[in-house]
Amino acid sequence: MDLFEYQARDLFESYGVPVLQGLIADTPEEAAQAAAKIGGTVVVKAQVKAGGRGKAGGVKLAHTPEEAATAAEAILKLTIKGLPVNRVMIAQGAAIDKEYYFSVLLDRSNRTFLSLCSVEGGMEIEQLAEERPDALAKVPVDAIKGIDLTKATEIALAGGFDAETAAKVAPVFVKLYEVFVKEDATLVEVNPLILSKSGEIIALDGKVSLDDNAEFRHERAEMERDVLDPLEAKAKESDLNYVKLDGEVGIIGNGAGLVMSTLDVVAYAGERHGGVKPANFLDIGGGASAEVMAAGLDVILGDPQVKSVFVNVFGGITACDAVANGIVGALAKLGSSATKPLVVRLDGNNVAEGRKILADANHPLVTVVDTMDEAADKAAELANK
Amino acid sequence: MSIFLDKNSKIIVQGMTGSEGMKHTKRMLAGGSNIVGGVNPRKAGESVDVDGTMLPVFGTVAEAMSATGANVSVIFVPPAFAKSAVMEAIDAEIGLAVVITEGIPVHDSASFWAYSNSKGNKTRIIGPNCPGIISPGKSNAGITPWNISGAGPIGLVSKSGTLTYQMMFELREIGISTAIGIGGDPIIGTTHIDALAAFEADPETKAIVLIGEIGGDSEEKAAAYIKDHVTKPVVAYVAGFTAPEGKTMGHAGAIVSGSAGTAQAKKEAFEAVGVKVGKTPSETAALMRGVIASL
Repeated sequence: MDLFEYQARDLFESYGVPVLQGLIADTPEEAAQAAAKIGGTVVVKAQVKAGGRGKAGGVKLAHTPEEAATAAEAILKLTIKGLPVNRVMIAQGAAIDKEYYFSVLLDRSNRTFLSLCSVEGGMEIEQLAEERPDALAKVPVDAIKGIDLTKATEIALAGGFDAETAAKVAPVFVKLYEVFVKEDATLVEVNPLILSKSGEIIALDGKVSLDDNAEFRHERAEMERDVLDPLEAKAKESDLNYVKLDGEVGIIGNGAGLVMSTLDVVAYAGERHGGVKPANFLDIGGGASAEVMAAGLDVILGDPQVKSVFVNVFGGITACDAVANGIVGALAKLGSSATKPLVVRLDGNNVAEGRKILADANHPLVTVVDTMDEAADKAAELANK
Repeated sequence: MSIFLDKNSKIIVQGMTGSEGMKHTKRMLAGGSNIVGGVNPRKAGESVDVDGTMLPVFGTVAEAMSATGANVSVIFVPPAFAKSAVMEAIDAEIGLAVVITEGIPVHDSASFWAYSNSKGNKTRIIGPNCPGIISPGKSNAGITPWNISGAGPIGLVSKSGTLTYQMMFELREIGISTAIGIGGDPIIGTTHIDALAAFEADPETKAIVLIGEIGGDSEEKAAAYIKDHVTKPVVAYVAGFTAPEGKTMGHAGAIVSGSAGTAQAKKEAFEAVGVKVGKTPSETAALMRGVIASL
């Protein structure tokens, strides 16, 4: 889960990372009130999870509450990289002397943590890495030893800071690492970290990604989440692993790898059938019980774009006869709300029994096809009718 | 031969008395695995009747090892306790720890991996978030159905559980030396490369199927490794060509970030070193049948 900038700011503040005042506003009136409360020059910033906000007109200076209201009104009408702006942050203005870069993140490739640091901040990190690779230090961080003051100083010096400034930023790095560990983050980035004209180090803009797998051990106050696609929200209620895509063939399968593979095979088949594409990713897991199957079918059949459904199950832990009973049970449960053709491919344990159960049930919507490739072709063909 | 797991493997189950642990302990026993006990500090000293086999429960991995000679642990402990379970296995220096648990926070995996490194990696870790490892006809440590395929000359390494089962099923007439599911998390113990190296050294393995998916760079590294170190024929499959950027596809590690971790890049990396890549699982199996026929 990625946080909004204002959420990152609040999190930083709670760990003692130096930040400027920032208040959120959902209307121009609230923006004016926030600007009045903060006083002086403020910056009105669109709260969307996308880079390039400045270029898109999503960041504006305001010298008075009235100007803040006008700026907020304009920004709240924007859509940046496909994301509508529903909220702005009114941030205290800063007199910037220098801009730096710092992040700590999960380094999958090396199975450890990595800190990136540069005395040349401000621009997008990808751009910095490309244009000035020598200016960007990449320092591995041991997951057990972490970042203490000594390590933080090493990182700062590697990033090109002089000794005096390194001594100023290092304690901030230590606090940011504390955020990273205690919040179970996979990314904590500050860009820019600034030196103000009055000589203070301040985290001016932050990006934080949290590990969804660790949410069970965090009691987070009610916070703004991404607005989910309605079908994704429905799937989440049933604890289903669903991702909405833009296509016509609904997909249900068991196991993340097999479902990803199913999407690909359907896309290839679609090339022969009018360019139809997979409509979703849906992994119902190893169990594949009638209840889960019904919940999955219910979500997929609720997608008006779906024209056919491909159920692709390998009977491993759950044998094919149980899966077939699940499908028959799910269709009985859904009754007349199931209206789209289903192509079912079963393979694995007790496959003969499973196919027999489906043949005996003889449901008018169900076509049983022996192989994954042929079943994908059939589902694509039906979606193209 | 086979890799990492054979008929002499003595297996304990950490979390055996939980529902998942018990379900799969029964399955492993039914498939002929030599399960010698379980670990649960709250039930130490008890014995559990697992479908007619009495299995002792020990308080720690070290106790279980000294009492039974166990050299493999399969871990079903829930996510919140998995880190300490793995660290306990590392402390006991058991030869192989297979971490089945899905949903372990990545900071915990990073910690136990760093801990393993600091202890000299005496314990081979497979997983987390994996189906485990099976050497058909010899032993099965994990949740892979034991009756999909018999023994044979093909070594199989995969990030995905069900794609492992699917590929074993497609190749069951030829048979499998060892199938190892390395797991779908961002940080895992045993990698594609570790499995490739072991298969290359295993006389029973004649050819290798490698299954990858979007996310990370394990496949690209495997391709580079194959070029320099693997003489046996390798056929690859990669899942996730249609996955959108920035969306996690079921596995915590299956995500395309920006332009990194795409299926296309992985496929190209394999093809650049002469590894044939199947477009679908069945085409991959057909490629492997061709390889075996030409040996």
